Amino acid sequence: MKEVISADRKEFLSKKKRRKRLILLTQIFILFAFIFLWEFLANEKILNEFITSKPSRVVNTILDFKTNHLFMHLWVTLYETLIGFLLGTLIGTVIASLLWWSPFASRVFEPYLIVLHSLPKVALGPIIIVWAGAGTNAIIVMALAISLIVTILEMLNGFLATDKNLIKLAHTFNANKWQIFTKIVFPSNVSTLINAMKVNIGLSLVGVISGEFLVSKAGLGYLIVYGGQVFKLDLVMTSVIILGIMAALMYHAVVILEKIILRWMMKAEV
Amino acid sequence: MQDGLMLDHISKVYQDDNSEVLAIKEFSYAFSKGDFISIVGPSGCGKSTLLSIISGLEKPTSGKVFLDGEDITGKVSNIGYMLQKDYLLSWRTVYRNVLLGLEIKNMLNEETKEYAMNLLKTYGLGDFINKYPSQLSGGMKQRVALIRTLATNPSYLLLDEAFSALDYQTRLDVTNDVYNIIKKEHKTAIMVTHDIPESISMSDKIIVLSNRPSIIKNVHGITFNIPNRTPLNCRECPEFSKYFDSIWKELNTDERSNFGGQERVS
Repeated sequence: MKEVISADRKEFLSKKKRRKRLILLTQIFILFAFIFLWEFLANEKILNEFITSKPSRVVNTILDFKTNHLFMHLWVTLYETLIGFLLGTLIGTVIASLLWWSPFASRVFEPYLIVLHSLPKVALGPIIIVWAGAGTNAIIVMALAISLIVTILEMLNGFLATDKNLIKLAHTFNANKWQIFTKIVFPSNVSTLINAMKVNIGLSLVGVISGEFLVSKAGLGYLIVYGGQVFKLDLVMTSVIILGIMAALMYHAVVILEKIILRWMMKAEV
Repeated sequence: MQDGLMLDHISKVYQDDNSEVLAIKEFSYAFSKGDFISIVGPSGCGKSTLLSIISGLEKPTSGKVFLDGEDITGKVSNIGYMLQKDYLLSWRTVYRNVLLGLEIKNMLNEETKEYAMNLLKTYGLGDFINKYPSQLSGGMKQRVALIRTLATNPSYLLLDEAFSALDYQTRLDVTNDVYNIIKKEHKTAIMVTHDIPESISMSDKIIVLSNRPSIIKNVHGITFNIPNRTPLNCRECPEFSKYFDSIWKELNTDERSNFGGQERVS
């Protein structure tokens, strides 16, 4: 099919394209300018590279991964984050479903959930370490503690806000509660679940890093604390940068997962 | 017991924190098979409650509902119910939307699937079975919703202001479509509406209800002196405005006599 494009439309489209390209170029420029300026100021001794580090030293630290075990620590943090994220999302959704099932229970637990939600979960750190031992388990529990309550509240609110008319529709076919949940309420809230996942991947990482700060055995959180204590700012900066990249990549993984889930749901066979 | 749907002295009292409200009082009526019956009345008079009671979604406070002699009070039986909007599930294709009722009622098998598919094809949706609701026009969505209801093969259909969400032009078309489908499939339809012309154009009988508490004020038999009556062509008939005038008058005298009033028990 061939579309006739007027000159005005062509102008409009190319303007839009140019603007998009300009934004991208500016973003890249800022990144490189920042890196260059950082390196330059450190080389000119305007910044003290002992406490600010500099990009070339960060690169060297990364290349030196065999001695500093950077990737081992990266893997530990990634692993703990993913487990915390999966458990938080899964257990949170299951608990929210049970609370939806029993309106009585959801009314009863509401104040408790709100208190737990407002409580800064990091404060539980020492307790968790005593209970779960100073290791990976404690860190995962920490990640779980941070993401669980948010997931429960968000999913429960979504479930309860399901269009009443869709539920009435199911009732006109004499649907039971399980059918209403599986055919109406849960599918209506897939987007709520995906939003919860987008929040959880970040929260889980917060939990893991603060857990690693406390447990201090392995992981990027441990490297940051350790690097700070022995004044190896190269290691701290490198860990922070890698952490940033990792967080962004995990978020994008959830975005890709979103597309897969939606496609799967729309295509599901009877 | 007689065949068909019968309401026997149905009353409904609603409770809330402040008071009790008597919505329907001693409603009795036998709906004859094959008819298209409309129920009109002032807004808030309990028309929709009546449909909910027939469908079994709500229990009457007293009275009974019989279907072919069987007491179905408070039970969801095989009576189709069309709600105020299409309420199609956005994540399902047209075909899978139509199968929803069959799935829920555990009636899904090759035979019922084929029946549903035939309905879609017969009523002009054959090319759209793999489309999603967002890709259809308002009128088509309403047709899909009707076919979803028909797929479980109910003998009775309840329509609760089923066209109120559509714009005027679409509404006329859809009314025509739905009327033809219902007549062709030999269904008995009970429609609740506040649109008098719509009720006249589709119905064989019109029940006029009073203000709360609802009682039957009058039942009009609607006939037109034309062959092949449709909701569109009967609007041209001289009888149309005659029916309109008398129903309009009945509804309005009601409002004046009960001005601002809601009868309260206790």
